[in-house]
Amino acid sequence: MDYLLLQMLNGVQLGLLMFLLAAGLTLTFGIMDLVNLAHGSLYMMGAYIAWTLIGWTDSFVLGALLALPATFLLGIVVEAVVMRRLYVRDHLEQVLATFGLILFFNELVRVIWGPAGKSIAVPAFLNRTVEILPGVPYPAYRFAIIVVGAVVAVLLAWLVARTRIGMLIRAGASNRRMIGALGINIELLFSLVFGLGAVFAGLAGLMAAPLTSVKIGMGDDILILAFVIIVIGGIGSIKGAFVAAMVVGQIDIVGRAFLPDLLKTFLSASAASSAAPAISQVLIYVVMAGVLVWRPTGLFGQRT
Amino acid sequence: MSFIASLRTPRGLITALLLVILAVLPLLTQAFDQRYLLSIGTRIVIWAIAAVSLNMILGYGGLVSFGHAVFFGIGGYAVGILSHHGVASGWIQWPVAIIAATLWAALVGALSLRTRGLYFIMITLAFAQLVFYVGGGLEAYGADDGLNISRSRFPGVIDLRDKASFYWLCFALLCGTLWFCSRFANSRFGLVIRGAKSNDLRMTALGFPVFRYRLAAFTLSGAFGGLAGILLANEGAYISPAMMSWVKSGDLIVIVVLGGMGTLFGPLYGTIAFFVLEESLKPILDLFHKGWGEYWQIVFGPMLVLIALYAKGGIDSLFGSPKEWRRHG
Repeated sequence: MDYLLLQMLNGVQLGLLMFLLAAGLTLTFGIMDLVNLAHGSLYMMGAYIAWTLIGWTDSFVLGALLALPATFLLGIVVEAVVMRRLYVRDHLEQVLATFGLILFFNELVRVIWGPAGKSIAVPAFLNRTVEILPGVPYPAYRFAIIVVGAVVAVLLAWLVARTRIGMLIRAGASNRRMIGALGINIELLFSLVFGLGAVFAGLAGLMAAPLTSVKIGMGDDILILAFVIIVIGGIGSIKGAFVAAMVVGQIDIVGRAFLPDLLKTFLSASAASSAAPAISQVLIYVVMAGVLVWRPTGLFGQRT
Repeated sequence: MSFIASLRTPRGLITALLLVILAVLPLLTQAFDQRYLLSIGTRIVIWAIAAVSLNMILGYGGLVSFGHAVFFGIGGYAVGILSHHGVASGWIQWPVAIIAATLWAALVGALSLRTRGLYFIMITLAFAQLVFYVGGGLEAYGADDGLNISRSRFPGVIDLRDKASFYWLCFALLCGTLWFCSRFANSRFGLVIRGAKSNDLRMTALGFPVFRYRLAAFTLSGAFGGLAGILLANEGAYISPAMMSWVKSGDLIVIVVLGGMGTLFGPLYGTIAFFVLEESLKPILDLFHKGWGEYWQIVFGPMLVLIALYAKGGIDSLFGSPKEWRRHG
């Protein structure tokens, strides 16, 4: 029972990380109508920038806090140099251009930081366990991710639902040209939203770094999961992204944690351990296919 | 326009020249003792088959399928798995592989063509990832590391181990694929697909069951993609999930756009340009500074951005716009 609880918490933690990534993606798509494959590169850049800054400042928290404005700036620059030109283009051209950006950023990282992966140590004050229930220890760092992720999710929900900028974001998502015609500076709005998405991606990247490793292409696989999440949730819907991220996180972790034992009952141990992650990945895509067959615009997507 | 007359246009002349060079490539590489070039040439021809097949739905149909490399994987794994279990005959392997690719394309098409726009891009990508992860999970067939296989056997007909024969087989199949694609593009079926690209509501209103037409095109495209996968597995005598990674699907889209979407020979130009760029950017960058060649993608990436932004028609449009638009091929 405790094991199940721990794995479900891991699923929540993974889901929140992916939600951070998916939130930026669904905002840029919902408002700017932009397919940004390079969003995973911002996740990777966030982790690498944090690695450098943590090295300079010798403090995880300080380095991470400095990395956020840095990824915001990077997002603003990428938006101004490339993305701005892509808003009016069709999806194919966006896919192509942002695919090119992925290649660029992967090589850029190799040039600046070298081909070998980096690791960020779990900060000392979180390198222990907390008791989430009496007698049930849980790694403090993972718990911190859940807390930060949840706080950011709540902040984002508040930003979108309760503030003026959130009002503009929602208006932009439902009719871009109209809010432009109403005299809103949509260029500034787009820059801000893109920068915000970059910060979320960077935050997810740097928080994931101590759990995995900081390496080239780290954003590419998780990016596809993030796309799956926004497609399941309905493109442009923050709520949908959150729900879908939680579902995908649970499927992934629970699949990884419990499938091997289940498979071992009829497969060899090594076959089971290599098949289990594959099956849990496959399950995610099956869920997505199912949702799209049932609702072609996702769970919370706008009907056309 | 007849074949001879088409030679008078720059497009016709260049294309004819290109095909002649490709046709005699093994002789050229032998004469200049450049074996390595023949293996690049073989890969170009195989990728061109895949690119032509993607062009049928992406270029003519306007359907951005972001999972076309999955057919590399399905074709390749069908051959590899059969060969691994001792079924060496190509007469069995190849039809099985093509049927597998066709069935998968039909299934994916039936589900994904219900959606449009970004949803379509992502669902095709997701199905490709699904197969990719299955390939990575097949412990018996090497999982992520892949599997060395022996090449398909066609006893008494052709020996695929001979590099030149294998190249010519690939080239002949490319010509066949191009011929099929030209028939497709100019047929009534192809015109419906092209009409649906510019306005699918109008085609529906005209009474065409657009969904069924698109599904048929998607399935055909998958069958030819499977053929390319068979050849790719035989080229390296090796299969691995990396054949169908989503980056390869991205490369295929790049190739089609680079060459010219919805044009017959565009995918071929695109494939050649893509491989030539890859092979030449490395030495060129090395000229500036030793060791920079390794980072060729730092130049290639921004080039893609520029191509997406400023080169809509691709290489094909450099030869001017095609004058004639034939009703029948």
